[in-house]
Amino acid sequence: MNATVLKQHLIDPEICIRCNTCEETCPIDAVTHDDNNYVVDASICNYCMDCISPCPTGAIDNWRVVARAYSLEEQFSWEELPPQQHAATPEASDVVETLEDDVAAILAEAHKGVGGKAIAPASATKPTINLYNRGKPAIATVRGNYRITAAEAETDTRHIILDFRDQSFPVIEGQSIGIVPPGIDASGKPHVVRLYSIASPRDGEKPNANNVALTVKREPNGICSNYLCDLAKGAEVQVTGPFGATFLMPNDPAANVIMICTGTGSAPFRAFTERRRRAMPQAPGKLLLFFGARRPEELPYFGPLQKVPPRLLTQHLCYSRVAGAPKTYVQDRIRVESDMVGNLLREPATHVYICGLKGMESGVDEAFADICRHAAIDWNAVKGEMRASGRYHVETY
Amino acid sequence: MNLLNVDYTTKIPNNVNLTSDRQVLKALEGWHPGYLDWWNDMGPEGFQESLVYLRTAVSVDPKGWAKFDYVRMPEYRWGVLLAPQEEGRQVNFGEHKGQPAWQEVPGEYRAMLRRLIVIQGDTEPASVEQQRHLGKTAPSLYDMRNLFQVNVEEGRHLWAMVYLLQKYFGRDGREEADDLLRRRSGDADAPRMLGAFNEATPDWLSFFMFTFFTDRDGKMQLESLAQSGFDPLSRTCRFMLTEEAHHMFVGETGVGRTIQRTCEAMKAAGIEDAGEIDKIRALGVIDLPTIQKKMNLHFSLSLDLFGSEVSTNAANFYNSGMKGRFQETKIDDDHHLTETTYPVLKLVDGQIKLVDEPALTALNMRLRDDYVADCAKGVERWNKIIDRTGVKFRLELPATTFHRQIGEFRDVNTTPKGVLVDDATWAKTRDQYLPSRADGDFIESMMRPEVEPGKVASWIAPPKVGIDNKPGDFEYVKIAA
Repeated sequence: MNATVLKQHLIDPEICIRCNTCEETCPIDAVTHDDNNYVVDASICNYCMDCISPCPTGAIDNWRVVARAYSLEEQFSWEELPPQQHAATPEASDVVETLEDDVAAILAEAHKGVGGKAIAPASATKPTINLYNRGKPAIATVRGNYRITAAEAETDTRHIILDFRDQSFPVIEGQSIGIVPPGIDASGKPHVVRLYSIASPRDGEKPNANNVALTVKREPNGICSNYLCDLAKGAEVQVTGPFGATFLMPNDPAANVIMICTGTGSAPFRAFTERRRRAMPQAPGKLLLFFGARRPEELPYFGPLQKVPPRLLTQHLCYSRVAGAPKTYVQDRIRVESDMVGNLLREPATHVYICGLKGMESGVDEAFADICRHAAIDWNAVKGEMRASGRYHVETY
Repeated sequence: MNLLNVDYTTKIPNNVNLTSDRQVLKALEGWHPGYLDWWNDMGPEGFQESLVYLRTAVSVDPKGWAKFDYVRMPEYRWGVLLAPQEEGRQVNFGEHKGQPAWQEVPGEYRAMLRRLIVIQGDTEPASVEQQRHLGKTAPSLYDMRNLFQVNVEEGRHLWAMVYLLQKYFGRDGREEADDLLRRRSGDADAPRMLGAFNEATPDWLSFFMFTFFTDRDGKMQLESLAQSGFDPLSRTCRFMLTEEAHHMFVGETGVGRTIQRTCEAMKAAGIEDAGEIDKIRALGVIDLPTIQKKMNLHFSLSLDLFGSEVSTNAANFYNSGMKGRFQETKIDDDHHLTETTYPVLKLVDGQIKLVDEPALTALNMRLRDDYVADCAKGVERWNKIIDRTGVKFRLELPATTFHRQIGEFRDVNTTPKGVLVDDATWAKTRDQYLPSRADGDFIESMMRPEVEPGKVASWIAPPKVGIDNKPGDFEYVKIAA
């Protein structure tokens, strides 16, 4: 982790009207002013975000990633905000997914399948990132830990609810959080952080709860997954993040969202679906899910998925190990639905998300290429265009 | 119940536990139909059925008071919202300083307090009335939405004052609450109580100036009432202030965007001299000298709202702990003011002079000074906009002696620089300083509505940031919903 990098909260002096609302609102007096500007003291601000929504102008919602915090004197002297100084990471020139090198490496690897620079959907909510790090983690309390694969199934996948109580932990669908497993590894160093996509929408597992849900599969000898899967209700967990600023859900109700996943890759799509259901149940855009598992018993959320109305979500559940049935992988099912998928790919409102094991990428890509060939569409061109406009997303591991 | 969260089980959303206060609930429910009638008669004309992207408070804590959604204005959830009670709060000034803040009205101050609340309450519906025709000429859907947000929140501020009247002032309070719905801005028989609130708001530049200058008086008054030792008034005003900030924003950015557009058009047309009024107006923008005149008008009208510079009423309000100074608790002095003086601008033997007066009676002057300083900062930000475009022009606040109807200078004429002039000179030069009828006609001719999402009228620049971070072409008002 790069301890010298900081995400600094700043106020845009060109937009601010000096109404004093932020200074009045800040519970720890991190906001102050002189005759020129209202400013945030980086040494005090704890990112509680209390000042964000009361600001009438939007001036308050500005952030710069800096190696050294701008001092109060510097901020007082500004007539406009300084530009973001670009760090050495060439690919992430304007989108910062995280400030931590280890997390950045994980996300960069996970998003490699995009085949270029990952870009957030145009209508996505602006995410908050890196409020908590290893030096200052959030402490979450386990509120529930439920097995969501059948008792007799080989895989043990769990739905774990983490409550942040009075700590501010704003996340949006598609973002991840870091879990810090306790203890040290064989070489005596603390364990590395693991990332998990949140499986709940921004307003919590239940509306207006300050919690997140995770979908965790127990891996043989997995340090973090076993740690999480064994957690009892009431246990406390160190959490970092939130992370991720590109694999996000479009807010546009007209957006079609094709979601392709295997296993715990379903977590962000559970969040997407639930967000749509809560915030815009009448949205004209389609939600389409291609979800692969070996057997129904091993498909996370199989039971709850049966209750999701087809009006909200079109489901294609595919199984590769059901006795007596042909092996069906997600790419096979995508090919079966070639007419619908081809039509959707022509639409500028369509977004594609792929999440799961790395191995699924090439099969899915080939299926898209085949469908496009038959429909006389140039898949590589379409994919490039979708990527550039934030409509093609891959997060695989 | 949780005091931060709003109770929606009664007709009137509130965080003051109305369900267990049947008498007040009944009084408010009795007042409610009259309020809706008033809103339908005197609220924004022609848009009552439209869906407006408004913010509504769902709680008074920072995270819950700005929830945005489409609402029909008559269905807006007006309610009674007070900032949370502070444990152990005291009276922070005047002769009762150090005593616990009052939760009930102290008998000896009853009449005084009622008067303060009624005066504040009267301004809230007045501005809605003044602005009711503006929707039809909105320069964009964004501006239309901001107007309606201001209107519904002024409506809520009326509710806030009416709650205090009905809860704490019995029959008198109920009658005063009814009268707040009876008076009408500009009405010959039953006008609103304060002068500026009987002036028309005929066009959008007037509206922006009004929200910048006159609503800023509201902000200063609310700030001083938020200091009150009468705790329910303090808590009410504290929450109103968070809403008032939006009104300041509408005014400052509205005028700023008008200036921006004018300067851009001048530059594009190669006009260097801001005084080439006809040429500039021909570009479909409002010339800077006219904007200066509008400023002169609205600033001077708003100064009158502070009352006489030297006032025993103001001294009594302070001494009794009812109304403090701007940011009272941040001022480092004895908070009694019985021994100190404050310089007041007065007319002495035909000369304009600063005279030391007892600080207690000079409180209106002091609040007005704070107001002028606050205005000046906003004007400086307008000047920065002009500077950035490269146009050579400066806007300036006129002297506080200019064009006054109330206080020391009501019987004399001065120029905006504060130079005394006789009546004949004033009559000849008035139109150089204040908008003439022809200026008004020109501005009115610019007021053509723009209702296509993302488009703005010719005379104003688009906003820099959308409301609730929305993109530029967001449909803030669905007019024919």
